[in-house]
Amino acid sequence: MSFTIDKKVMKRRARRDMRFKMYSYTAIFMAGAFLVFFFADIIGTAASAFKQAELRVAVNYNEDAKEMGEYALDEDLSYLVSRGFTRLIPGKMRENRALIGTTIEKWVLADAEVDQYLKSKPNRLKKGERTLVDGLKAEGNARLAFNIGFFENGDSKLPEMAGIWAAAVGSMYVLMITLIFSFPLGVATAIYLEEFAPDNWLMQAIEVNINNLAAIPSILFGLLGLSIFINFLGVPRSSALAGGLTLSLMTLPVIIISTRAAILAIPDSIREGALALGATRWQVVITNVLPLSLPGILTGTIIGLARAIGETAPLMIIGMMAYIPEAPDGFTSAATVLPAQIYTWSSDSLRAFTERTSAAILVLLGVMLLMNGVAIFMRNKYEVKW
Amino acid sequence: METGTIFFYLFCGLAPLAIVAYFLATKKTFSVKFEGEKFQSTPGSYGWYAIVCTLSPALLASFLAAILHLTGTVEVPATALIATVIALAAGGLWIGIKTVKPSLKARSIVEQLIVKMLFAASMVSILTTIGIVLSVTFEAMKFFEVVSIWDFITGTTWNPDEAVAGKDVAGVFGSIPLFAGTFMITAIAMVVAVPVGLFSAICMAEYASPTFRKIAKPSLEILAGIPTVVYGFFAAITVSPMIVNAAEYFGLQADFTNALSPGLVMGVMIIPLISSLSDDVITSVPNALREGSLAMGAYRSETIKTVVLPAALPGIVSAFLLAVSRAVGETMIVVMAAGLRANLTMNPLEGMTTVTVRIVDAFTGDQAFDSPETLSAFGLGLVLLVVTLVLNVISLVVIRKFRQQYE
Repeated sequence: MSFTIDKKVMKRRARRDMRFKMYSYTAIFMAGAFLVFFFADIIGTAASAFKQAELRVAVNYNEDAKEMGEYALDEDLSYLVSRGFTRLIPGKMRENRALIGTTIEKWVLADAEVDQYLKSKPNRLKKGERTLVDGLKAEGNARLAFNIGFFENGDSKLPEMAGIWAAAVGSMYVLMITLIFSFPLGVATAIYLEEFAPDNWLMQAIEVNINNLAAIPSILFGLLGLSIFINFLGVPRSSALAGGLTLSLMTLPVIIISTRAAILAIPDSIREGALALGATRWQVVITNVLPLSLPGILTGTIIGLARAIGETAPLMIIGMMAYIPEAPDGFTSAATVLPAQIYTWSSDSLRAFTERTSAAILVLLGVMLLMNGVAIFMRNKYEVKW
Repeated sequence: METGTIFFYLFCGLAPLAIVAYFLATKKTFSVKFEGEKFQSTPGSYGWYAIVCTLSPALLASFLAAILHLTGTVEVPATALIATVIALAAGGLWIGIKTVKPSLKARSIVEQLIVKMLFAASMVSILTTIGIVLSVTFEAMKFFEVVSIWDFITGTTWNPDEAVAGKDVAGVFGSIPLFAGTFMITAIAMVVAVPVGLFSAICMAEYASPTFRKIAKPSLEILAGIPTVVYGFFAAITVSPMIVNAAEYFGLQADFTNALSPGLVMGVMIIPLISSLSDDVITSVPNALREGSLAMGAYRSETIKTVVLPAALPGIVSAFLLAVSRAVGETMIVVMAAGLRANLTMNPLEGMTTVTVRIVDAFTGDQAFDSPETLSAFGLGLVLLVVTLVLNVISLVVIRKFRQQYE
């Protein structure tokens, strides 16, 4: 028997083989290119939000300013300065009577439109105002300073006053509740399933259920939170408690699955050694299994929490989307969270909010990246390879 | 009294009692009365036993009071509640200390209780599912009392703003446009995610060097970790204008809330889901199959196409179903980038709305909780729940079959 090799066919096959390989690499590079484009886009829009326009103006604490803060400023300038500053002047004068009659020159927050103009972005300044700002800039009386207010303030209707502090505190509260509820429950469930559970239909049902729970759309958890936690249990609407409870149910499957994986990785010889020394099953768990699987458990928990911190949809249903300028002072007071803040800002039509939205996104991504980084670091450092 | 204050008082009463119980019980095991007798368990176990005796009646009573309070049958006065609970705890403590004796198997009692508590914890996940199913179904029932299921499933106009109280709501809640929108955006997402995700998986499992894999895999995972609200912002602010401009270039008219941009961005979000699941199944196809094909003179790509992929098909199908379920239930991207207006069209450049958008919209408006529009959200939620549940379960079953075959 002999083969005749058709060179043409072979060449075609070789080409097809190369093409296929190329497609597969292209796919990965496309995903990578998107990632690069995405981050470049977000960072590009966010960068300017970390600078904020300020103007050096003479603040004249005269009699008229007691009623209307705007009168403390030169009339032309008063339109360029943030109303967030002028509206506080009467209060300040009432508090400190020595101020009355004095004139102080200082750097004050500029209006958002001035800010956008100085950053050469689209803005709604009129022609005369533009020349005024140009003049201030030439005299060195207008500058872009580091935007500290963005990290210190709560939400505001004025873009130049809006910050992420209230939302960040809210996120922290929600995350705390999530951790308090989901961590013990998740670890307990995983221990039971791996170490104590009999092999029967109920346990199989729980297993299927946990995998299924991990894939249920998050918005349905919001419906659950609304009807069980808020309407039935009477947890205050839009509170960190309601949000945290809802998110802990969402985080539970993540913690259970990673804890089970960590427990499963411990070889049986460890358990048998302890049992041979006369330990009970529970003592084996508490003295051997848990300490050895702790790095894996914590890694899974951090990853679960990092997911929870970026979750928005269920919290919208629970009412954490409202305009809440103050940081919450407890678990039951109205709170908002970072992703919710991002959402509210992004739906605002004012241009100046766009860059702040991007900046808030950058902060959120930074926190998540940090959490995931810690998780990976812990896994690499403390995980025992058997 | 507020709930928080009640908790505080209860904690202040119970915590010291529990500590006292522990010390009294351990002390008793050392007392002269039992000189020379051998205790079944260690002193610490008796301490924990006493704590259990102290706390269990007290906690049971508070739990009962909480249930009575929630169901509204009897209103227990706060001071009476606190007094009763602490009295019960003291009684429990007394009984606990009384029953400490050498023949008592304190450790096994405590450990049995622990296992029961672990079991109870594992029931929470089941209760969550039941809770979701019940809460959604229950409210959806109320909705279907007002609107007939038939109208809901077959109606082609969705216009809940017309459903003011007292007016006839027939023909207002037709959900076909919502399903069409959901389907359209899901389909666009799949068109992006399936080829890119699958080819990425093939690349990583079959071609990539270990170093390339080490970099590429976590980079893809980053895509999965980005919050959906961020994708939504990106879709609305960056991708939508790009699409509008591109459409204009080709002489087409595109809405800023077109269905294409959330679809594309959602597709990118789903890439890592498909690629990591497919990667797992492709790598678990036994090497013997590959080697057999290669030994017959097949090219790498021919081996992949004719041997590896068919063998991995169940896993890939399962990944696909999970991805569809993810896309159908995805909320933030569509809320931010897709339209609000129910629009039955085949043109992805027009604004369309989805099931999840309408659910969110029903709750962020200022309607009363029992208004037809808010209730309609539960009806939509029920549909969403059923669809994703079916997809997830099929996917789980398929992947389990696959694992049984090769592992």
